[in-house]
Amino acid sequence: MAQASGMDPLVDMEDERPKWDNKLQYLLSCIGFAVGLGNIWRFPYLCQTYGGGAFLIPYFIALVFEGIPLFYIELAIGQRLRRGSIGVWRTISPYLGGLGLGCFSVSFLISLYYNTVLLWVLWFFLNSFQYPLPWSTCPLDLNRTGFVQECQSSGTVSYFWYRQTLNITPDINNTGTIQWKLFLCLVACWATVYLCIIRGIESTGKAIYFTALFPYVVLTIFLVRGLTLPGATEGLTYLFTPNMKFLQNPRVWLDAATQIFFSLSLAFGGHIAFASYNPPRNNCEKDAVTIALVNSMTSVYASITIFSIMGFKATNDYWRCLDRNILSLTNEFDFPELSISRDEYPEVLMYLNATQADRLAQLPLKTCHLEDFLDKSASGPGLAFIVFTEAVLHMPGASVWSVLFFGMLFTLGLSSMFGNMESVITPLFDMGILPRSIPKEGMTGMVCLVCFLSAICFTLQSGSYWLEIFDSFAASLNLIIFAFLEVVGVIYVYGMKRFCDDIEWMTGRRPSLYWQVTWKVVSPMLLFSIFLSYIILLSQTPPSYKAWNPQYEHFPSREEKLYPGWVQVTCILLSFLPSLWVPSVALAHLLYQHRQRWKDTHPESGLKPQESRSC
Amino acid sequence: MLWLLLFLVTAIHAELCHPDAENAFKVRLSIRTALGDKAYVWDTDEEYLFRAMVAFSMRKVPNRETTEISHVLLCNVTQRVSFWFVVTDPSKNHTLPAAEVQSAIRMNRNRINSAFFLDDHTLEFLKIPSTLAPPPDASVPVWIIVFGVIFCIVVVAIALLVLSGIRQRRRNNKGPLGVEDAEDKCENIITIENGIPCDPLDTKGGLINDGFLTEDERLTPL
Repeated sequence: MAQASGMDPLVDMEDERPKWDNKLQYLLSCIGFAVGLGNIWRFPYLCQTYGGGAFLIPYFIALVFEGIPLFYIELAIGQRLRRGSIGVWRTISPYLGGLGLGCFSVSFLISLYYNTVLLWVLWFFLNSFQYPLPWSTCPLDLNRTGFVQECQSSGTVSYFWYRQTLNITPDINNTGTIQWKLFLCLVACWATVYLCIIRGIESTGKAIYFTALFPYVVLTIFLVRGLTLPGATEGLTYLFTPNMKFLQNPRVWLDAATQIFFSLSLAFGGHIAFASYNPPRNNCEKDAVTIALVNSMTSVYASITIFSIMGFKATNDYWRCLDRNILSLTNEFDFPELSISRDEYPEVLMYLNATQADRLAQLPLKTCHLEDFLDKSASGPGLAFIVFTEAVLHMPGASVWSVLFFGMLFTLGLSSMFGNMESVITPLFDMGILPRSIPKEGMTGMVCLVCFLSAICFTLQSGSYWLEIFDSFAASLNLIIFAFLEVVGVIYVYGMKRFCDDIEWMTGRRPSLYWQVTWKVVSPMLLFSIFLSYIILLSQTPPSYKAWNPQYEHFPSREEKLYPGWVQVTCILLSFLPSLWVPSVALAHLLYQHRQRWKDTHPESGLKPQESRSC
Repeated sequence: MLWLLLFLVTAIHAELCHPDAENAFKVRLSIRTALGDKAYVWDTDEEYLFRAMVAFSMRKVPNRETTEISHVLLCNVTQRVSFWFVVTDPSKNHTLPAAEVQSAIRMNRNRINSAFFLDDHTLEFLKIPSTLAPPPDASVPVWIIVFGVIFCIVVVAIALLVLSGIRQRRRNNKGPLGVEDAEDKCENIITIENGIPCDPLDTKGGLINDGFLTEDERLTPL
């Protein structure tokens, strides 16, 4: 009986729940939530590291057997039960109520650090409105005879990122002070998020038209620009050429499965929330397949753009390496200016090696290979804030490209933030935590305020180290556990037959064998194996981080340091605390049921007359 | 006699100015890099101009106001366009100390650069560091201006949305009350009993008296 307590019958009724203005808003919201920064800076890196085009094979296999089935479950269950994540799981079984709370808390943690990345993007965006770009030159030192030493060793872009933006401390123990520039950007970011989610899907539905479509426009512009730059084709061929031997490495399959999982933003509760605002009869099967395919296509599209620009950057670096060598030769042997072209350089070098080897040996000549520069890969913030910003410096009209690029990243992140915040706000509304007299604007304002105050810790000087911790530990394990419980909860607790009946009512078609097999067997198995591999990998390597330490002997390489004890404890807590909601709520409900049953079987002990149940 | 004098002069010249000589500086020009197609050829006339600029710089130093162009010696001009130079004293016996020459060149670096349409990178005095120009510092950094604009727009939009939400809610609250008022007014005009308005004075000319039930409804249904 408890199971059916909150479930509404399947009728085409109109209720007070807010709804989408049209189907397009819903699709764009889900696409915007799924397509995020990871599509731009994680997928191309994985492609590059795991043998180029060959990586697409495990990626699409994971999409078909894990991504789309899990995604369909989320959309269908949200649309059927018309509640946010907490309500849905409590309705399916009160023992699973903790799952909703866990998703809710993970979404909260993720919104904190995701918006911090957005504030970095905003900072770069604001700084792009000038020429020359501030990361193109080093600042001068005190007597103005040269550049600041740290900048000279590390390079202008790294200096701008680590010193002028983050002002990073060399150790995570050393928290430093709050950076007021980042603090201002944090205020602006949360104000923008609040502006967009102020009335729930009424306001995000309008904002999503821009934030979901603008990135595609910019990606296309960059694609056209990137393909016309010198060196783009080398980049594309080198990075996309499939290298099949990588497929034998099990890490590839693990990373493909994980990438699909996080790329679709599964187990956040955001898609459940979005689907709950749908009309009851809506073909969520088509939606699920469409959105998942659009997400993957966007990843591939973005990686073509990124690779062509990386190819340009590698070619540029290669040419500059050659030019530096040629200049050294010209200056040392007093050749006429510009007399050695890049093509003639190897012959001249050979000739000089034969005739004047001793003088040649004293010169600081570096070996320049294009492949070395193409192999330099980066992912995550490193790609956006260091590698790409440097590439932009060499493009004509650098400021325009920088503004477009960071504008695109900002809108990408913002549309994902809508989903994150929706997965926090919808359950709060459904649970009725705050009284009805407080308007929706006040509720969303309070949520944003709480998130803003909690996120101030990321504007400290050691903030980026903490962000890496949150990124690595808060999300991964918890989400995999929740996704596994989601599949098991829907298929085995709610019941496969009942779920299939609901889907037949909603979409008009019963789920085919493919769906049933993947839901029952394949996806849970895949999730379980990902979970095991994660645990094994985590236990093998002690968690460490790379610190930016100007005093390090191998500066500008980053110094690898182990996390101190208290930080390791925090990591462990982050990895498991949200998941603990599930057993604790199950236990609490068990105790509650026990007490009720004990009260029922012992009516004479301590019951007052008016408490007796009427028939 | 004349040949001997010439020989002596060149000998002294060679003694004072040679690569790595005491108080000598190497200069390197990259004219084609700086000017591209408009590059000029480095010939003896350009060398004369260079010597004139160095002499000019030395004249700005106190106690060296009498430096002449002939006191500046150039040697080892290569195709790179690089050469060495020294500045001698009026007696032409020994060279001026490097520190003096260095400070003189540094003070007038800009004039020397612009005489040749070059800059600090393309006209290099090795071992003389140049004072780098400070970056063009705007009084208010650009990013703060853009930030201010964006932030103001966001705050104004939030205020507008919140205010419109409050107004909407106030209108909704007043709405149900308005409907009740209208019903009261209707009640005052027409009294209705048994579904028939009590208005016996019918304008249809007294033919139909609505105060009576019609035939069909005389009998109550079963």
